[in-house]
Formats: sequence, C-alpha cells, structure tokens
Amino acid sequence: MNAILLSPLDLAVAATLLAAEAVLSMLFGLGLHRPLLVATSRMVVQLVLVGYVLRFVFAVASPALILLLVVLMILIAAREVAARPRQRLRGGGNLLIGFASVASSTALTVILALTTAIQPTPWWTPQYAIPLAGIVLGSVLSAASLSLDHVLDRAAGDRAAIEARLLLGHSFRDATAGLRLDATRRGMLPIVNQMSAAGLVTLPGIMTGQILAGADPIQSVKYQILLMLLLGGGSVMASFLAAALALRRLTDDRQRLRLDWLENRRPARSRLR
Amino acid sequence: MPGIVTTRDQARLRVESLRRRQVGPVSFALTSGECLAITGASGAGKSVILRMIADLDPHEGEAWLDNRPRAAMPPPVWRRRVVHVPAESGWWLDTVREHFDRFPDADAAALGLPADIGTRAIASCSTGERQRLALVRAIAVAPLVLLLDEPTAALDAATAARVEELLRTQLAAGTTLVLVSHDAEQASRLGTRHARVHDGRFEWGAEPPV
Repeated sequence: MNAILLSPLDLAVAATLLAAEAVLSMLFGLGLHRPLLVATSRMVVQLVLVGYVLRFVFAVASPALILLLVVLMILIAAREVAARPRQRLRGGGNLLIGFASVASSTALTVILALTTAIQPTPWWTPQYAIPLAGIVLGSVLSAASLSLDHVLDRAAGDRAAIEARLLLGHSFRDATAGLRLDATRRGMLPIVNQMSAAGLVTLPGIMTGQILAGADPIQSVKYQILLMLLLGGGSVMASFLAAALALRRLTDDRQRLRLDWLENRRPARSRLR
Repeated sequence: MPGIVTTRDQARLRVESLRRRQVGPVSFALTSGECLAITGASGAGKSVILRMIADLDPHEGEAWLDNRPRAAMPPPVWRRRVVHVPAESGWWLDTVREHFDRFPDADAAALGLPADIGTRAIASCSTGERQRLALVRAIAVAPLVLLLDEPTAALDAATAARVEELLRTQLAAGTTLVLVSHDAEQASRLGTRHARVHDGRFEWGAEPPV
C-alpha cells in the first residue's frame, strides 16, 4: 500500500475552512466559534492521545493490557447505554443491562471475527482486536440504548395492554412479547439503515479509510462487508438482550408488571448526536 | 342473601387480610353464584382491592380458590380462573377479533354490540363498546370468579341493563362475582352481599364477613 503520509502542515491547511468560519462568527458576533473551537480541540487532543495509547499497546502487545483496554471501552459504552433513557430502573439496573448486553454481544462478534475470518496470529493481536472492538462497540451501543430506551419509555404507556393480557392469564413473557419485539426492531434500525444505504448513499468509513490509505477497492469492500455482517449480528443481539433484560427487571416472581421499579422521570438530557 | 353464612370449606373464593398501603385489611369468603357488591367513594381503594385479588400489585395477605392457596398456583393459572376486568380496558392488537380465540357472537349481541363489531378496528370502537368487549373477552375464558371494576360506567341505562342481565346469567351458571360499582342501585340489584369501602376499610352491610 502506498499511503500518502500527512504532515502537520497538511492538517493545518485542512483546518483553514473551519478557521475562516470561526473568524466570521467572531466578526459578526454569532457565537458559533466557541462550540466549534471546543469540539475541534477535543477531537484533536482525544485522537492524538488515543493514537499514542494504541501505539503503546501495540508495542507492548500484552493480552492483559489489551483485555484491560477493551473492558474499559465496554464500561464506557455501558455507561452511555445506561445514561440515555429518560427512565431508570432502580438499583443501577440500566448500567447492569447496558454492561451485560454490550459486553456479551461485543465479545461474541469480535472473538468470532478474530478466530475465523481475520485470523491474525496470535488471535488477540491488538492491531486487529482493539479497532474491531471499537467499531463493534459503537454500533452495539446505539442498538442497546435505543432498545432499552424503548422498553423503559413504553412500559408505562402500554400498561393497560400488558395488564389486560396478564389478567386473562397470559404469561408475562407473552404479555410483553410485542414490546420486546418493537424494542429489538428499534435497536436494529440504525444498522439496517446503514446496510441498506451502504455504497449508495454513503461510502462506509472503514472502506473509505482503506481506499484513502491506498488499498484496492475490492479488498476494502470485502473488509467492509465483513464488518457490516459483524455489526449487524452484534446489533441484533444487543437490542434483543437489552429489551429482554429490561423486561425481566420489570417483573417479579408473581409475573406482575412492576412499574414501581422505574425511577421517576427526570428532565431529558439534551444530547446533540 | 343475608343469613346464609359461607363457611371456609364451601368457599369458592376466600381472601384473608389483603392489605396494601392505606387499603385493607380485607377478608371475605364467597361461594359459587354469589356476588359481593362493593361500593364507596372514589379513591377509597375499591380498585386496589380488585388488583390485590388478581395479584397485580405486591401486597400482604393470601387468597384461596376452592381451598387451594393462590401462592401454590402459577400466576397465569390463578388469573385465568379469577379474571379481573379493570375499568380501563386494554388492547394489544389492531382488530377486535384478534383478541379472541373464537369471537363469542352471542354474548356480544346480548350486550347490544353491533354484528360487525368483531371485524372492527379497536381504535374505531367507543369507550362503551370497548368496555363491553372487555367483559365479553373475560367471560370467554370461562373464569370461576369475575372481578368487575365499574362494568357499566360508560354505558347508558338500557345498555347497562343488558350487562346486568348477562351478569345474572353468569351468576346463575355458578360464576362468583366481585362487583365494584359507584351505583348503589346496581349494587343492590346484583349483590348477594354488600360492603362499603371507607378509607380503605370494609364496612359490611346486612351480614358480617366470615
């Protein structure tokens, strides 16, 4: 691969458009320059730090260190999953569900890919394991959080329908089957959209990166397909697990709908994502 | 029927010391074909009592069906035999018919529901139609006990009379009823025993609880 190496000057030139926009914002008092400056600085600092951390981890190549890093990434993702829904399950339920759904689906897909399709030696080679875990986590995180949010949000609204079924002698599992399916579908939506639009509306990131780095398009496409399949599998699993675990936390040994285990609605956190 | 005392062994439904928050303790026993009519002001805890019997909310106390303790039955089995019809009916599919294994045309007609009601979308049914459909749906699972929360609240007098007639048929067939009603006349027409709920407590009418 004959990748074109970038110099700091190249990056500075790329920043001129943003810089000009910031200057205009200052001149006209639009106040847009502050968030742009903060976001740009964060992006640069975070990425440079990650670059050095990865270089270090790649150099050390210790399984324990890789595992530590991946677990840390999973914990951060679990926290994100837990934080997004407006409703919370008592006793840290959101965090537990976030961790269980994200960790198991990520571990399964990443290990599957490393031990079958990619097969680096050793299989946990950090150059493959860490970026793969990162990509899968990003996808699985949004799947799990959408699904969890749907269950927690709809459980109260669907109470009459769910309890009507319980009162006719349906099991809690049957009474909530529709909600579980809807939530799973909700969680799947981003990856389904991504797969449907791949190549037509957008060139997916990994493929673009590889092509920019000088790789053959067909090779890049194969990698992209592999990744999409993994992301799809992981997302469906994470959505289903998040929904099923959340519903399990909303019932008891007498198959009641326990909305009292939801904490009171707090003001929605506004998030620009 | 004042004067007839239900003993423990005869009881179809028996509840003892049901209590949740400000409501209870509630104890009574009913045989087959009896109707306990519960009246009382809004917010006195009438609906809470029905929800406790159906085991929908956590609470203290125990209930028995034909002397079998509720705790020994899987909840779906209990709820299929002791069916609660809440004041607000719940629906989970699009059309009326989908909520039934086999749509009971006769019962629906007896309640004055239109002949095409089965094919209608739930969203197109009025509150009163849904309330009657929920009753028909409950009767369709052939429960031993029916717990009814304001079954005629959204109905005009003529339609309410049809509902009462259907309930009388159920009583004659041996179903036990627990009827919550704000309508004292309806309570006296249907009830074989009467209780008033005041501040979450039972105040018995003509005869004492067993």
